[in-house]
Amino acid sequence: MEQILLKHTHHGRCLSFEEYRFSGGFEALAKALKDMTPAEVQQDVIDSGLRGRGGAGFPTGKKWSFVPRDLPGPRYLICNCDEMEPGTYKDRVLLERNPHLLVEGMALACYALEVHHAFIFVRYGYEQAAGNLRQSIAAAGRSGFLGDNILGSDFSLELDVHQSAGRYICGEETALINALEGKRANPRAKPPFPAIKGLWGQPTVVNNVETLANIPAIITGGPLLWKNLAATPEAAGTKLFCISGHVVNTNCFELPLGMTLGEIIDGPSGGMRSGSRFKACIPGGAATPYFTEAHLGVPMDFDPVAKAGSRLGTGGIVVFDQNTCMVAVTLNLIRFFARESCGWCTPCREGLPFVRHTLERIEAGRGESNDIDILREHVHMLNYAFCALAPGAMGPVEGLLRLFYDELEAHILEKKCPFKKQ
Amino acid sequence: MIPENLKANLEQRIAAAITHREAAVDVMKELQRHYGWLTDEALEEASQLLGLSPLQVEELATFYEMIYRRPVGRHVVHVCDSVSCWALGGETLLESLAKLLETESGSTTADGAVTLLPCSCLGNCGEAPCMMVGEKQYGRVTPEIGVQIVAALRLRDGSTNS
Ligand SMILES: Cc1cc2nc3c(=O)[nH]c(=O)nc-3n(C[C@H](O)[C@H](O)[C@H](O)COP(=O)(O)O)c2cc1C
Repeated sequence: MEQILLKHTHHGRCLSFEEYRFSGGFEALAKALKDMTPAEVQQDVIDSGLRGRGGAGFPTGKKWSFVPRDLPGPRYLICNCDEMEPGTYKDRVLLERNPHLLVEGMALACYALEVHHAFIFVRYGYEQAAGNLRQSIAAAGRSGFLGDNILGSDFSLELDVHQSAGRYICGEETALINALEGKRANPRAKPPFPAIKGLWGQPTVVNNVETLANIPAIITGGPLLWKNLAATPEAAGTKLFCISGHVVNTNCFELPLGMTLGEIIDGPSGGMRSGSRFKACIPGGAATPYFTEAHLGVPMDFDPVAKAGSRLGTGGIVVFDQNTCMVAVTLNLIRFFARESCGWCTPCREGLPFVRHTLERIEAGRGESNDIDILREHVHMLNYAFCALAPGAMGPVEGLLRLFYDELEAHILEKKCPFKKQ
Repeated sequence: MIPENLKANLEQRIAAAITHREAAVDVMKELQRHYGWLTDEALEEASQLLGLSPLQVEELATFYEMIYRRPVGRHVVHVCDSVSCWALGGETLLESLAKLLETESGSTTADGAVTLLPCSCLGNCGEAPCMMVGEKQYGRVTPEIGVQIVAALRLRDGSTNS
């Protein structure tokens, strides 16, 4: 299986700038500056079929094509490394091992978008990743890959690292823009979309770390070679899957998009821990509906996962065994989302604590039969929240109702959690 | 009052920003590093440096998980309570630490040494259960290891005091 993002891994330590250059690093940037127009770089990204790795899976080249190039004033690129969704740690692993890939990917993206100032928004707790990035940016500047007139061309670029102080909502792209501007990170209304009116009112692209780190390989090898790294003809490229929970190898793996869930769990993840049997998993980070044994054959790619009732999301797979209470899992997730709600809109601010309260009562054996209707109504109603946080939060609740109805009902009928040993 | 050199550093950071308030999080973090938490005095100083009203800074300070508007201990211990850590015993870890410290999760020990806080996902789910002391992350923290790490903090404090 060919790797693009983690191929340089040397026993888990960070690749040095020299090592990166020696292994072909920054050749994609040199090639683009010498032989390609910005439009050609963008076309390669469109042709590759690359879809955003930050959760929503939006086609990257298409997003770039929405950016008007003729408005007065600057355009911006923001790399989203907020990565606060439980079960997700891929961007950290990538930056702890090879920050240079992101720096080169951002330089290529900025060339395509004709952007001269870009930002990397890093969550708290990622000191190592942020430090690596600062060093890589400095080294790239010394070698003429960043700064004024890169490699003697007309293209100039400045990269800045912003280290946040922690809130999940900062990962939502319009909230992130407010956070970068030094404002309270509530989301903004869309439209206008950031591509038209983003950072300081200027056209702005927000892309995930992993998305941008794929660009050098697309330019070096061409879009088709990159696309064919996937396991199925429909999928494009590789994906970082970060595994946690009750399996043997809880690591971050770069795997072809479209491998089945079962292959990922039994293969690189090493199968279940001894004494554990697979019951369910979160397939793509905390905001995605569960998968069960019935889904082990689903190819882990955007459309097949959506067809099976969930989302590929961030690629954060959290595996649960037969002793795990799915009401308790859902309660844990909802506690997170209720705490992280920014409070800007009423459905999310009021709705999530209410759902949490309802699940708390059910888990404690004090649930009533109409609680199930309450949960169902909230799955529907929270779609009307201001941003995607609350609908995402209700993903696991929807999965609980659809896939674990009996378990949920048993809590209410037996007036206790069937998994708790009394 | 903050020392002149810190003030000069912060002024430089603000001058490099596109708008002053872009530097707000950096300024709050540095003032917190200096005072231990974001005191009312620090809030006032941040607002003057950034050209914002104290209320505007307060609005930011209260938003972020890692900015403290109340006093904290010399060490802040964050224990992840999100799903991957929860599945592997994160609750037991938090309980063990609370017991060791004779305090409740969410509060500071009587001697002001340690504040124990639950926190959202630390992005280290492959090494659950996780915790963070100051800015240092620890993974695969069994209750036994957690207790050792936190007990060592106090020992270290003790040796610098004597
Ligand atoms: C509540 C919330 C949190 C999000 N957090 C992140 C995040 O941490 N990292 C990320 O890349 N995208 C996150 N997103 C998605 C972003 O809004 C955006 O779609 C993404 O950064 C676009 O990049 P991509 O097209 O490369 O995937 C989040 C969205 C929501 C609604």
